[in-house]
Amino acid sequence: MEGIKDPQSSYLSIKNLWKSFGSFTALKDVSLDIKEGEFVCFLGPSGCGKTTLLRAIAGLDLQTSGAVVQGGKDISNFPASERDYGIVFQSYALFPNLTIEKNIAFGLENTGRSKSEINERVSELLDLIGLPEQGPKYPAQLSGGQQQRIALARAIASGPGLLLLDEPLSALDAKVRVYLRHEIKTLQQKLGVTTIMVTHDQEEALSMADRIVVMNEGKVEQIGTPNEVYCKPETLFVADFIGEMTQFRGTISGKSLVKIGNTELNMVEHRFSQGREVSITIRPEDIIPLGAKLPAKSGKNVFSAQLVEMEFLGSFWRCKLKSDEFPEALVTADFSVNAVRRLAIEPNQILWIELPSESILAFDVQAA
Amino acid sequence: MNSANIGNTVVKPKGLVKAKLSRDDIIMRGGMIVIALYLVISLVFPLYSMFSKSFSTFQYDLSKFEVQISDDAGQFSPEIASLQNLNKDLKAITDEELSTGSGGRLGVTIFFPDFSFRSPVMYRIRNVDGQGRFLVGSKLMTGTDWQELDSNTFRRVQLRPVRSTGLSNFINYFSTPALFKSIQNSIFIAIISTVITVILAFWFAYALNRSCMRFKGFFRLIAMAPILVPSLLPGIALVYLFGAQGVIKGLLFGASIYGPIGIIIGSVFFTFPHAFLIISTALAISDARLYEAAISLKASAWKTFWTVTIPGARYGIISAAFVVFNLVITDFGLPKVIGGQFNVLAVDIYKQVIGQQNFEMGAVVSVVLIIPAILAFAIDRVVQSKQVALLTARSVPFNPKPSSRADIIFTIYCGLVGLFIIGMLGICQFAALIKFWPYDLSLSLNNYQFDKMDGGGWGAYYNSIKMALLTALIGTCVIFFGAYLVEKSSGFKTGRAIFQMFAMLPMAIPGMVLGLAYIFFFNNPENPLHIVYGTMAILVICTVTHFYTVSHLTAVTALKQMDSEFESVSASLKQPTFKLFSRVTVPVCLPAILDIAIYLFVNAMTTVSAVVFLYSPKTSLASIAVLNMDDAGDIAPAAAMGMMIFYTNIFARVIHLILSKGVLRRTQAWRSSN
Repeated sequence: MEGIKDPQSSYLSIKNLWKSFGSFTALKDVSLDIKEGEFVCFLGPSGCGKTTLLRAIAGLDLQTSGAVVQGGKDISNFPASERDYGIVFQSYALFPNLTIEKNIAFGLENTGRSKSEINERVSELLDLIGLPEQGPKYPAQLSGGQQQRIALARAIASGPGLLLLDEPLSALDAKVRVYLRHEIKTLQQKLGVTTIMVTHDQEEALSMADRIVVMNEGKVEQIGTPNEVYCKPETLFVADFIGEMTQFRGTISGKSLVKIGNTELNMVEHRFSQGREVSITIRPEDIIPLGAKLPAKSGKNVFSAQLVEMEFLGSFWRCKLKSDEFPEALVTADFSVNAVRRLAIEPNQILWIELPSESILAFDVQAA
Repeated sequence: MNSANIGNTVVKPKGLVKAKLSRDDIIMRGGMIVIALYLVISLVFPLYSMFSKSFSTFQYDLSKFEVQISDDAGQFSPEIASLQNLNKDLKAITDEELSTGSGGRLGVTIFFPDFSFRSPVMYRIRNVDGQGRFLVGSKLMTGTDWQELDSNTFRRVQLRPVRSTGLSNFINYFSTPALFKSIQNSIFIAIISTVITVILAFWFAYALNRSCMRFKGFFRLIAMAPILVPSLLPGIALVYLFGAQGVIKGLLFGASIYGPIGIIIGSVFFTFPHAFLIISTALAISDARLYEAAISLKASAWKTFWTVTIPGARYGIISAAFVVFNLVITDFGLPKVIGGQFNVLAVDIYKQVIGQQNFEMGAVVSVVLIIPAILAFAIDRVVQSKQVALLTARSVPFNPKPSSRADIIFTIYCGLVGLFIIGMLGICQFAALIKFWPYDLSLSLNNYQFDKMDGGGWGAYYNSIKMALLTALIGTCVIFFGAYLVEKSSGFKTGRAIFQMFAMLPMAIPGMVLGLAYIFFFNNPENPLHIVYGTMAILVICTVTHFYTVSHLTAVTALKQMDSEFESVSASLKQPTFKLFSRVTVPVCLPAILDIAIYLFVNAMTTVSAVVFLYSPKTSLASIAVLNMDDAGDIAPAAAMGMMIFYTNIFARVIHLILSKGVLRRTQAWRSSN
């Protein structure tokens, strides 16, 4: 990860952050670097500490120990009002008794700007977020998505060096959410402002972020690009949390071999020693259906299985497969509508499937 | 695991980060400390003085004084006599009589049976040690030097008691049957009144929330009327209705209204609105789906009532019961007017302090009265917190269906309750306007010539308005600001918790107790705050403190409804918190702020209990005037003044309504715009 290799290019550095609430430790030694202009998502289940981390960066709830350095300045103990950022909350937090214009202008006042400068800036921002006519209205007169865009405009009004987004889309309808996702990303690229977004929605994180920080129980599990965290998860938690997968218990039996029960699977080279107990995962969309008959030219890791369950999910079928080779669990596989039609796949039939060796991953067995 | 640093070797946190406070943080904490200090001075210190007073006992210690007597020629014999030894022979004063109050004085001449102020005999008196104290005239002697006095001066020598700490006041209290009986009386009255009020108020609230009867708005207004008058007024009304010359005294079949019957009827009157409000809120939030379920299960109306209605409203009913119990047991005005020989705790405090000047015993009764009051308050708080939990559940509002029979019954019932309330107020107004009850029933305004009566005259009325306005203004500012600071500041957890505790305390302290505590604290000449004693300021301070809790809770509720991130947003925009407070918080909370102001105004107009100990001739109040005129036998003028309070409060409420509806419509355009 470049950010860590070259600290000079890092705009925001989090160093060994701890946060405890009484006996509960919400952040455990969190360190990360964010480059200027980067869009970073903190992703994790609720209670993982992602919001706590954001609030520590914002100076709203100070960390117990550790440092926050922004733009080369140690701001670890600064109050929120002396830091340089704009923030957007899930609840919008628009002032209900002030008009849209007044809301956006709130942070521009008392900054040495003249009235006309403020008005100019406000209409510029309203244009930017695509709500040019809404200035004189009150927040309650706008839709949720519009209100959230106003909150965004208010946060970036005075041109802060850092933009913090705390689950900004969670309170919105699914359609508006997808639309705003795109809007925010475009706006962020246009402004080039360093942005941190907290979310529990993996799809949101994968589609918007330059890099994702996956968190669990107060610790950073993995930092990487969306592609890295999805395709090369470093821990079982990341593999499990992002996307779907089937999990087996196995034993390492060779340099690129793993044994599940009595069945040996080929996989990519791994770092485990011979005989080691590991967790083996495979994503449903990586499983290749071969059809009812075994094709003449078939590769490694090909098994027959009974299709016990099929669920139609629109663009694909989610299938549960029962195989004598893996009596431990049902294998979940996603087959495209196209493939199901082509291979005439039906419930309860016996089907040949291939588990591509490059999609089989091994992890330390997690203590339950 | 790839991220190897996470698992086994846990790095311990080091170098704790200490927050650097922003200017706003410092201002907010400072403000909170100032308001907390206000509560300490206006509540905690006075209560402490009162507690310590209740454990102080005063006794004449005769062994601390020595005397010498001369012959007629003025020659002193060398013999020194201790007063204790003199008393041993003389039995001039018994051991019981040696106990006294803080203001006790004992003339020394009783130890000299031959004393004559014309005799040429000279006397010498001194303290044995630094503890003894005696007065010569008004001069206090604390030294151990001999004071040589002629007999004419010697008769003006008075011994002062020695203070010690102990339980003897309480022992004394519990061994005095007349005082002890008051506990029983108070609890008896409070329980009976509570049961009656809660039942009456429940059906009234039920009728207004669960039936399709007509005139609901009118009945709601009537039900709230008693809140606008001092609790003395129903007492006066009962005198006119059931007293010796009462209009309908025959209804009592010879029983006297002066005593428990009068107190109970009056208590039902003045606590009715409180019970009605609480139960009405509880009934209003019931879930219609439960009733639909009951109908689909074919449950009878009777069964539905006991399995759905009552459980749904149970917290409201319990809460109302404890509120009423607390109001009745701590009320002073009503038993003072109509109680006759039937003693209750609150009146005992008054009698001990004003009648007998026995401040220590007053303090003891206060401590006794605090116990049930605090218990009732604590239980009510627990129950209310459960009620809030019910409120947050998303439920479908219940819409009553018309039923001609039930609606008529409910209309009649509410009509009867309304008649009771209007009748009580009406008789007072009627009595105030006639010449001489019951002999000359012609109309006259004579009873409004308050200046000719005891009690403070019209000046008292104007004082009341001034006091109520000041209380509303200052109280609203202090309480709302305090609630804002405690609700919206960050960090400083212990400080905020202590503040919350202080803010809840006044509700548990009966007014009589607060007033008496103020005497002990503010009337102490060593206290630099002594200067406010006897001024308008102490009345305002006392009243604000007395009604602090409800106002504080109103403010907190309003503030809690505001987005908790406003402060964060404002800080991130680098704007001072004060700007957010004045431009957003106050405008959005304006309805609640106006509610606090009217609540303080109305209560300041009607309160008697706390201020009865604190007014001076210059700062007498209308409610006090009602009490004093009634005491002096001027019952009709007392009724007239009581009704003046009523009309003033109605006027204030109308102003409040106009402000809430009119001004708010303009400043809160954002509310209706949806």
